[in-house]
Amino acid sequence: MNQSLIQLKGIVKKFPGVLANDHVDLDINPGEIHAILGENGSGKSTLMSVLAGLYKPDAGKILLNGVEQKFRSPRDAIACGIGMVHQHFKLVEPFTVAENITLGEKGNSFFLANKELKAKINELGKKYGLEINLNAKVWQLSVGEKQRVEIVRMLYRGSKVLILDEPTAVLTPQEAGELFENLRRMASAGCAIVLITHKLNEVEAIADRVTVLRQGKLAGVLEHDQINAKEMVRLMVGRAVASKYERDSSPVGGVVLELDKVNAFNDMGLPCLRNMTLCVREGEILGLAGVSGNGQREMAEVIAGLRQVESGKVLLNNGNISNLSPRTIIDLGVAYVPEDRLGMGLVPELNALENLILKNYHQPEYSGRWLLKSQAVAHNAETLVKQYQVKISSLHQPIKVLSGGNLQKLLLAREISSSPKLMVVIYPARGLDIGATEAVHKLLLELKKQKTAILLISEDLDEIFKLADRVGVVFDGQLTGDFPVEQANLEEVGLLMTGSSLAKERMNDNEPAHL
Amino acid sequence: MNRLTFKLEKRLTPSPVMVFIIPLISVLLALLLGGIFLVLTGENPLTVYSLMLVDSLGSKYGLTETMVKAIPLMLTSLGVSLAFKMKLWNIGAEGQLYMGAMAATWLPLTFPALPVYLMLPGMIILGMIAGGLWALLTAIPRAIWKVNEIITTLMLNYVAILWVDFLVYGPWRDPEGSNFPITASFAEAARLPGLGDSRVHTGLFFALALAVILAIVFKYSRWGYSINVIGSSERAARYAGMNIKRNILLVMFLSGAISGLAGMAEVSGIIGKLQHGISPGYGYTAIIVAWLSKLNPLAILIVSVLFGALQVGGYAVQVEGVPAAVATMLQGAILFFVLGGEVLTNYRLKLVSQKGEELSK
Repeated sequence: MNQSLIQLKGIVKKFPGVLANDHVDLDINPGEIHAILGENGSGKSTLMSVLAGLYKPDAGKILLNGVEQKFRSPRDAIACGIGMVHQHFKLVEPFTVAENITLGEKGNSFFLANKELKAKINELGKKYGLEINLNAKVWQLSVGEKQRVEIVRMLYRGSKVLILDEPTAVLTPQEAGELFENLRRMASAGCAIVLITHKLNEVEAIADRVTVLRQGKLAGVLEHDQINAKEMVRLMVGRAVASKYERDSSPVGGVVLELDKVNAFNDMGLPCLRNMTLCVREGEILGLAGVSGNGQREMAEVIAGLRQVESGKVLLNNGNISNLSPRTIIDLGVAYVPEDRLGMGLVPELNALENLILKNYHQPEYSGRWLLKSQAVAHNAETLVKQYQVKISSLHQPIKVLSGGNLQKLLLAREISSSPKLMVVIYPARGLDIGATEAVHKLLLELKKQKTAILLISEDLDEIFKLADRVGVVFDGQLTGDFPVEQANLEEVGLLMTGSSLAKERMNDNEPAHL
Repeated sequence: MNRLTFKLEKRLTPSPVMVFIIPLISVLLALLLGGIFLVLTGENPLTVYSLMLVDSLGSKYGLTETMVKAIPLMLTSLGVSLAFKMKLWNIGAEGQLYMGAMAATWLPLTFPALPVYLMLPGMIILGMIAGGLWALLTAIPRAIWKVNEIITTLMLNYVAILWVDFLVYGPWRDPEGSNFPITASFAEAARLPGLGDSRVHTGLFFALALAVILAIVFKYSRWGYSINVIGSSERAARYAGMNIKRNILLVMFLSGAISGLAGMAEVSGIIGKLQHGISPGYGYTAIIVAWLSKLNPLAILIVSVLFGALQVGGYAVQVEGVPAAVATMLQGAILFFVLGGEVLTNYRLKLVSQKGEELSK
């Protein structure tokens, strides 16, 4: 076998409280498109940031053509021909394309040798089929064009290895197709392309080889002829569903939450929920699986009254709550644990006392007509912190210093203590270690016992299969699957999450009633 | 080989010691910087500074004048601090002061014979409403379309100042004023009483009362809590069901109303008429005062007195041929150093040794 272009050996990267990469190996050959596949939090981006010189690994080696390299900054990595295109573009909007491409180059005189440069860039563009208008200002470009500028910039700097971090997340299907064609051309010209993704269909469409990561560890490497969705799902989510929790199996009650053909737009004004229809019953956990960005956050916001319902109805205990004010919905008994704990669910600059009354500070329990009842506020915080075992050194300290697990416990303590009828939680265990994850899961199961209807939105299939009574799948703003957990099949759900048509066909054959 | 470099390390919580030391050091550094300029202009900084100190705080007259300057500073600073608390950057206190003064003037000009128990409360209410509405003009576009209030409040300052100029040069000019841009003098009933026989007027009590009220609102009240949440994180506030738009309107109105009261107190307590240039920039200095006080209403009272003294001292040294701008320069320098020094309350400076990696290879 010929020499790999790049080898990563035993890369370890720790962040406070998280082991992001745990002895990961990776080989990249010249001229190949290599996919790095994994769920969110599996360490893909961290590994690539190590390769691109953004992070220093705590242990492990980076070999380039068999020679060990130490990158102290992205500049070192670029000098070795390794360039990364980030999910969020790093372009200067008011500058022209040409200026952006040459930006930060060492040795440029202040006045750029325009003609020469442009000729060079144009040549690169032609070679790889990446046509761009060098004189356009970046803010005038579409997202796909901006991405092309980033790619050309890396090529211009002599990148032989191009890392793309979830490049299709921001693209339309057409733009994605174009991107893939370009990547293919670049690979056949000798570049190595590394594609970070969690979409199986992309891997199937374009990758020559795929490395799968799971929870920071290497889960497996598949050669081109071994690539198939089933195998990738198996590697991505682990062999089997891990140990189960003891679950309350008493029968569920009546319907608490019902979404009836709800349509809504996302922040960019594009449709994000398309005739979304689902229901959750009393004492039931509906686990909604899906790759993030398929309308989950918007759905939670619609239920909480934070996003406009364009058409359709949101019903709570048969009452229409569509487009009611957030406070009315809170008072009707809807609790919501949003995906960003810090900044939405909790206020980073405020202390625990203040954060724990965020939603009910105006109620007579905690305030009179004018003043807050400071004793009641303090008592509330002391009780909740003790009851939910939040590790906190002072109730008067800004809560931003707490760890992710403690923040989540604090947030859940507030939401659960309001004795909600409906609880909406998104990615409740994202970024938490195993202990904290278990604590959070137990709290949710406890809440189920108290007959609360729970909508659990997650990407983590393990989590869903452990907790849910029913498993739903969301893709592109629609419910594409709905099974009782006993009948749900991990691989099938995994395939549905990626919008795989294969799975849809099979679903049509087997269970037409659900679609 | 080891190389020593400085590294900034974020503190978990702001250092309490630094919170007090930084302003002190900042003032000293500002004096030092001002001193360099004074030396360059051929003055002895020690003489100038001691003159400023003695003239502003060292005599009954100086103290009185310092308080006269401090009252509008206190009021406008309290006004902007309310908006700043919610991260609404109202830098239009100057304009709101002018509009308050204008509206308060309208009453004695139009109904000069009103008895004092109608006149003064009427002027206060009119001044506050006018200042509040002037601020509300910027709050409405901010609440609905997120129009940047920094720009709108700033621009309305010029409109307000020119509007008052228009009135005093035109329709409101006192026909017996020998063509000076001033209105007729107010009747005695329209004058805020002085304290004893000094120029310090009862507007001081407005400031003291408001400072106490705001301190309680910020710290203990339900409304203050929601302002704090909205200021810290608008998304969290929305999530918690708070009405952000309504609070933007309310806070801006009240912020402007307090500055409007400052304008009323100036024309009623000090000048006794409306004229061109009633404020030497109190509304702008208020931004500095509010910031240096970390939006603490009680600290605002103290810092306002210091800045009042600085202004009086600046006027005093003019007699000696030193430009009064020395005071303005010191104000600016103090703010500059405080803002720079704030890094040290949130970060600590660490000396670290770095191994030369090139050499170890």
